Amino acid sequence: MNLIDFLFLVFATLSVGGGLLMIFSRHPVSAALFMIVSMVSVAGLFVLLESFFLAILQVLVYAGAVMVLFLFIIMLLDVGPEGAKSSKIKLLSGLAGIVCFGILVVFSLILVLNSVPDCSSCAGWPSLDDRNLVLGESLVFSTSVKSFGFGLFSKYMLPIQVAGFLLLAAMVGVIILSKKFVRESSLS
Amino acid sequence: MESVTPHYFLFLGFLLFGVGFLGVVIRRNLLIVLMSLELMLNGVNIALVTFSRVGLNLDGSLFVFFIMTVAAAEVAVGLALLVALYKKRQSIFSEDATLLRN
Repeated sequence: MNLIDFLFLVFATLSVGGGLLMIFSRHPVSAALFMIVSMVSVAGLFVLLESFFLAILQVLVYAGAVMVLFLFIIMLLDVGPEGAKSSKIKLLSGLAGIVCFGILVVFSLILVLNSVPDCSSCAGWPSLDDRNLVLGESLVFSTSVKSFGFGLFSKYMLPIQVAGFLLLAAMVGVIILSKKFVRESSLS
Repeated sequence: MESVTPHYFLFLGFLLFGVGFLGVVIRRNLLIVLMSLELMLNGVNIALVTFSRVGLNLDGSLFVFFIMTVAAAEVAVGLALLVALYKKRQSIFSEDATLLRN
């Protein structure tokens, strides 16, 4: 067992375990903290997949910005731990969730196990070649941020502008949603 | 990397998606439902990065970038809706979100 296997095992356990503890935790603050564990270990998995820029973005965006937003909302709403009655899971939804989860896991296991090739040498990771950004029509995977910038501003020029506009629309929407509206009936 | 094949990463992505789905279905606290949605998106991200790495094609990684953008916007709007619901009903449970029922 080499180091990569060990790290994969640790990060996989932390991400799935953090997720499970998150969805079964009673207090929203502890759920948010377990989610940070899960997100950071997903960033570790990105490092194992040699996409370092995405790992940095994962930590910055998810474990930083999104979780701070969640914790702020938890603080503003002042939600404590749920009582025993309100956190009781409904039987029907619990059953449906477990059945769907089981179907998904079994299906994915069948799919993954069927696609494992027979020889051990042909399964695995092609070696990276960082020399050129474009090969034919497609962008080449590389560890450098430069290739990201090139891809975003050449092939994905329109999507990145749409993404920027989406963020603006989200900001305006949040401002409008959180404004205090005066009811028309109370005015008259 | 010798013994960890891409299949392990794909199965892990499936598993994270399933755990997030379980959280969306069985929890009634809307805050935790939103967090589970993020977990589902993370599972998809792992699968996309794995395919991107194996196929030596950057498109998958760039899609992860866009998914992160959309997820950040979605969380902002979702939490604003949650605050609006709390102002109206003093509760963040999904069974109290019945404004469209009658």
